[in-house]
Amino acid sequence: MSQEKFYEEISDAIVNLHEDKAIELANKAIGKNLNILNVIEEGFGAGIRRVGELWDAGEFFLPELMRGAKIMQDCLDLLIPHLQGGIERKTLGKVVIATIEGDIHSIGKTIVATMLRAYGFEVYDLGADVPAEKIIEEAIEKNVDIIGVSALLTTTMLGQKKVVEILKKRGISNKFKVILGGAPVTSKWVEECGADGYAGNAVEAVELAKSLLHI
Amino acid sequence: MTIIKPKIQILDNDHKKLIFNEAKNILKTQGVFIENQEAIELFSQQGLNYKEQRFYIPPDLVDKCLESVPNEIILYDREGKEHILLKDDQVHFDPGSAAIFILDEKTGEIREAISKDFIRFSKIVEQLNYIEAQSTALIYQDVPKDAQDWHRLFISLSNCHKPVVTGTFRKDSFSIMREILLACRLSEDDLARKPLAIFDACPSPPLKWSDLTTQSVIDAAKSMIPSEFVSMPLAGASAPIALLGSITQHCAETLVGVVIAQLAKRGAPLIWGGSPAVMDMKHGTTPMGAIETMMINIGDIEMGKFLKMPTHAYMSLSDAKIPDAQAGFEAGMGALLAGLAGINMISGPGMLDFESTQSIEKLLIDNEIIGMVKRFLQGIEDYGSPFALDILKDFGEKEELLSHPSTLKLFRKELFFPSSIIDRKTRDSWKKLGSKSARKRAREEANKLSNKTPIKPIDESLAKELKLIVSKYLR
Repeated sequence: MSQEKFYEEISDAIVNLHEDKAIELANKAIGKNLNILNVIEEGFGAGIRRVGELWDAGEFFLPELMRGAKIMQDCLDLLIPHLQGGIERKTLGKVVIATIEGDIHSIGKTIVATMLRAYGFEVYDLGADVPAEKIIEEAIEKNVDIIGVSALLTTTMLGQKKVVEILKKRGISNKFKVILGGAPVTSKWVEECGADGYAGNAVEAVELAKSLLHI
Repeated sequence: MTIIKPKIQILDNDHKKLIFNEAKNILKTQGVFIENQEAIELFSQQGLNYKEQRFYIPPDLVDKCLESVPNEIILYDREGKEHILLKDDQVHFDPGSAAIFILDEKTGEIREAISKDFIRFSKIVEQLNYIEAQSTALIYQDVPKDAQDWHRLFISLSNCHKPVVTGTFRKDSFSIMREILLACRLSEDDLARKPLAIFDACPSPPLKWSDLTTQSVIDAAKSMIPSEFVSMPLAGASAPIALLGSITQHCAETLVGVVIAQLAKRGAPLIWGGSPAVMDMKHGTTPMGAIETMMINIGDIEMGKFLKMPTHAYMSLSDAKIPDAQAGFEAGMGALLAGLAGINMISGPGMLDFESTQSIEKLLIDNEIIGMVKRFLQGIEDYGSPFALDILKDFGEKEELLSHPSTLKLFRKELFFPSSIIDRKTRDSWKKLGSKSARKRAREEANKLSNKTPIKPIDESLAKELKLIVSKYLR
């Protein structure tokens, strides 16, 4: 089978949301010692971009988008350890993401994390109920580009502001872009916090992250 | 796997029997006003006396005629393909018919319609997912008065393949309309076997069957074309104010139609319908959006079902003058109640201002309402227990269920997906797209739909034949 044909098969497996098929093809690529970077970019990457296009066209809905992203993620987990010759996969950027302290609502944050990963970001999902200080420590340690802070409650959203305030106090606010998420968040709140932006849903979040990094 | 289906009922069985018996008693003692010559002959042949233009119909004749009414009607599309079944609680919608005005989308003014408006209207109805039948919805002024009924059938069938709810304004028109319908079929027999149109027949309350209405029922029966009775008692003005009284009068008036049709042709297809209303005691108007109007409608329909006939009602209309909040909630309530009542043919979408004005914007909003109503009527499906337990076990690991296999498998089936007319965007996205109202979004959608290729374009030779018929009769 030609290389192009193989990539196409991978891409189709992602678009058709055939998890078993996608995993099988990922293993096949490893077994045949193919250039894993190319397999990721031109096979799986092409597939998830097509999923995104179907979403934009209104043919795919959130469950399909998420399922595609999940399959993509599972395949990446398999493939990345096999990247040849110490090559590191170039990602769109690094993101640390968490739901703020006192707030256990994690679904929105998890969806955003999954979507960012599927679109090529390297995402560190710290989970829910995470203190502002801890988020910042992780951001520094992982040398991320973007910090994403989610809050569902009007009471906990104050924690989002705290993240920005700590960054300023420590004089490192120019090192990170801070994006906010959650139902009560508005552009006014983003401004008040001095954050860099927010998105209404997971797809917009990907767009926001890309535009902040000028991608 | 079972499906739990919703249903409403406003009359109990005892009352249905009481209403039916009283209606028959009304026909026996009060009689019915008949002026049509053919009907006079049909009744006379049954040995009935004609006194002061009234016939007094014995209950056993009513019972006998009811026996031969088919309990279902299958409607076929223009091409002769099976389209919808009117039976039991099957629910279908068609645009409210015979509006004398149109709400002009560009100017926002209510004005008289021209044929161009109805062409556009029919093209849009062709595209609507949830409105399965069309109707001769608009009366337009740029054809001679004596063509205003039949010409609409020509335009509707030239631009839309769906079966059509129509009617005559003059006795002579029936034969022209029959000719138009026959052009879509192989023979008279073929038309009888595959009905394409329903003819509305409107008795005048109380208990009067006009010459035109009666003739339409007789002509349709002879050709085995379905007639739809549209008795319209006005509670408090031409019918009792008590809702049960109005329902009883409707029953009596409609039973007359059953008798006329079955005497003309045993086994003729009929639809038990109506357009009742209550009188608005402040403004002297006939509100179709009144909750009591809807209650009478449902009561009437329950009588039709009691008599095992296919059913019809004018519901999902509004009395608002523009597609505003009132239009939305009156149409929404009416459509949902009509659906829950299991009415086979529901006429009303698009209609405003006491059945006088068609609005394409409202029609498109109503189409969305109907999509939701149909989802509601599908009921709640039981896929087997446990209903949630297993899925919740997976939640811990995944932290979300969007990507769960059960979500992927069922979400398209469980959820109704509205068009962009229904706004479910975030506020920011909505603002970005111009902060538009539902009415404005509907207006934009109308322009898109009217330019789309028909789902089933008309065959060229049929189009030609229809035009020939028109040129023969248009003076």
